[in-house]
Amino acid sequence: MSDQKFEPKIVGFLCNWCSYRAADLAGSARIMHAPNVRIIRVMCSGRVDPSFVLKALSMGADGVMIAGCHPGECHYLEQNYKAMRRFGMLQHTLRGLGVEDKRVQLVWASAAEGQRLADAIDQLVADVRELGPLQWAGNWEENGERLQALEDIVKEHEEAMEVTA
Amino acid sequence: MAEKVGVYVCHCGSNIAGKVDVEDVAKWAGEKVKDVAVSRDYKFMCSSLGQKLVEDDIREQGLTRVVVAACSPHLHEKTFRRACSNAGLNPYLMEMTNIREHCSWVHKDRAAATEKARSLVSASIERVKFQEPLEPMFVDVNRATLVIGGGIAGLQATLELADAGYPVYLVERQPSIGGHMAQFDKTFPTLDCSACILTPKMSEVGQHENVTLLTYAELEEVSGSVGNFKVRIRQKARHVVFDDCTGCGICVEKCPRKVLDTEFEAGMGNRKAIYMPFPQAVPRVPVIDTESCIWFERQKCRACEKLCPTNAIDFDQEDEMIEIEVGNIIMATGWDAFDTRKIPQYGYGRLANVYTSLEFERLCNAAGPTNGKIVLRDGKTEPKSVAIVHCVGSRDERHNPYCSGICCMASLKLGHLVLEKTDAEVYSFYIDMRTNQKNYEEFYQRLLGEGMRFVRGKVAEVTDAARKPSEQGKLIVQCEDTLVGRQQRFPVDMVILMGAIEPQVDAREMGLKCGISCSMEGWYTERHPKLDPVATMTDGIFVAGACQGPKDIPASVAQGAAAAARVAGMITKGKVMIEPIVASIDEEGCSGCRICNNLCPYNAIEYDAEAKVSRVITALCKGCGTCVSACPAGAIRGAHFSDRQIFAEIQGALWDAWQPRGGASEEAEAVPVSAP
Repeated sequence: MSDQKFEPKIVGFLCNWCSYRAADLAGSARIMHAPNVRIIRVMCSGRVDPSFVLKALSMGADGVMIAGCHPGECHYLEQNYKAMRRFGMLQHTLRGLGVEDKRVQLVWASAAEGQRLADAIDQLVADVRELGPLQWAGNWEENGERLQALEDIVKEHEEAMEVTA
Repeated sequence: MAEKVGVYVCHCGSNIAGKVDVEDVAKWAGEKVKDVAVSRDYKFMCSSLGQKLVEDDIREQGLTRVVVAACSPHLHEKTFRRACSNAGLNPYLMEMTNIREHCSWVHKDRAAATEKARSLVSASIERVKFQEPLEPMFVDVNRATLVIGGGIAGLQATLELADAGYPVYLVERQPSIGGHMAQFDKTFPTLDCSACILTPKMSEVGQHENVTLLTYAELEEVSGSVGNFKVRIRQKARHVVFDDCTGCGICVEKCPRKVLDTEFEAGMGNRKAIYMPFPQAVPRVPVIDTESCIWFERQKCRACEKLCPTNAIDFDQEDEMIEIEVGNIIMATGWDAFDTRKIPQYGYGRLANVYTSLEFERLCNAAGPTNGKIVLRDGKTEPKSVAIVHCVGSRDERHNPYCSGICCMASLKLGHLVLEKTDAEVYSFYIDMRTNQKNYEEFYQRLLGEGMRFVRGKVAEVTDAARKPSEQGKLIVQCEDTLVGRQQRFPVDMVILMGAIEPQVDAREMGLKCGISCSMEGWYTERHPKLDPVATMTDGIFVAGACQGPKDIPASVAQGAAAAARVAGMITKGKVMIEPIVASIDEEGCSGCRICNNLCPYNAIEYDAEAKVSRVITALCKGCGTCVSACPAGAIRGAHFSDRQIFAEIQGALWDAWQPRGGASEEAEAVPVSAP
């Protein structure tokens, strides 16, 4: 992958009620934005498990967006505050792993704010483009250890689930 | 056993196909992605032929999973779930991929849009394989309905339901129902007397056997969900015992304390400390305003108590909490007037003869403080010229960007009343005349004929600083007449400011109590702006009237009736489906740490101290999934949004980035990574 042609691959976790609908609104209003964010719908930003973000990065994403309703406007009353709390913890972990802060961003957008979400997507894509590829997944030699640590976390989580499945 | 996935990529005419190479995406999914048994593209998947395609494939090819790549699941998820159901496949084994709103409509580059569509389809295919069959839950719908707000929209909704035989609770925070419409003199464009058409409805509501009227009461708290809401209402202390009062009015007559009525009379008239807002109030039971009552101020007087023939006055009465259970809620909380003081150059509050439109409505109302005589603030002089200023706080980036919709017609109506009752000249300062409903344009033409003068331009200033002798003692309206292209000064005696229609100040707070959201301005958000204007995102909560956006009376009545029809439909059906998207705890895995207990805002997780495990109360769970991601043991499962499903979705979304250790997989090799 050459840097000149670098197109960031970004995974976006959008809550069903505000931010996913903001993206829908951006669509109906034809608000153009960068095509790099692949959107995954969750019911609430509070559903975003930090391991989702780690999983995405370990699978080759160069950045991640978490989007929810504005603080105080959560469809589930206050669960976006929990997302906010977790995000702080996640950032701390990511810093330890050498992932720059701007690669993983938390965004608030109400269902009426298609423009705001589109702008946030463009901003994130621009930030990640500037940082360059994360290339964890494509570069096992260099990042082997870090990646292993990451995989272990995810695996641990999956195993925990298997017991109960 | 491997799943057999069917993939259907929609063209949506040219909506999707114009930017995404749908044929290529379908071909790619069919040939390169594992477990895909059928992959097709079709012009309109949501058409009956498109749905039949899915149904036939399920039956004939034995598909076990379905992916429909089309528009947002918020539009057609139900459609395709039904199609799957028809063909005998559990509807929750279908996943929609949003390649229209999130892709073709928002990207310019065809290659990039196609690549993104491929990733989104891939994510759905990986996810759908882990989806599980779910059974929707059904709950009974309580036949009672709560209507919040007793303005014309709420009254209409109440009557529609009550007449259909269903019990209705109507909550109004003012001492009487009627809302803003009760303040008006005439209504446009027919010039019906407002009170004459409103009061019969009010008394009908007041006497209806199916209506429980709670005036001077406010919504405190809403819990539960569609079909079974529990609502707590604060009945504010009237200090008059409701059941004992006969409404004779002696207390009001004898009360020695007069205060300015800033609510019903909009500051134009007075009322007593014990009062009914207006003569036709429903119910005819007065309230004591504790802030102005002499007894509450300095423990003297009690005249009303002494003179009440039925001993209905109770100074010790306290607020009361009323708990009711209802199946549906209609919000009809109405609007508030823009504070015209926010535009100081128009002089309201500083120049005596500048009026707000509500003040003027009271002034020309036959039941108002001047008995309908249009006079200046001195109480006797009839104005010789009146200026009506449109768009005060509307269509103004500094205040409200939207058009308030009703002010053009309202100012025509006020202009007509001035022309009818006085010899004054009337000027209307407008930006654009908006008269786009039935018989509205005709009314405008009528006013042109009646001699109302129209000046096209936004008023710069209203001042009393005269430049010429002819301006002495007048209010001067400075405005650029944009049709002439010249600044002009209009000396007049009276100015009426047509203030914007704004959401109620506490609209957001009230919305939060019911779990519905507001737009940036504070209007309640409807489920769909065109196709579902009375429902909200929260099942069982409906909106009607101006709380959803500026509206005139016919539109408010129509929306009130529409909301009632929706509620009546729910009650008639008797049962409502609830999405089975809830959390559940595996007791084997639960360590009883109780981390999840406090995370739930609905108290849906209870701790069993004996078994030392937590359990989810399914009826209370709303499925946000916060507990699922917080459980350190991974013992909580979120139905339809499980970790396994989302992990698979992430992997699918990154099909072109992911390379497992030790070289590319078969699948990754087989799929050429398209050039960015």
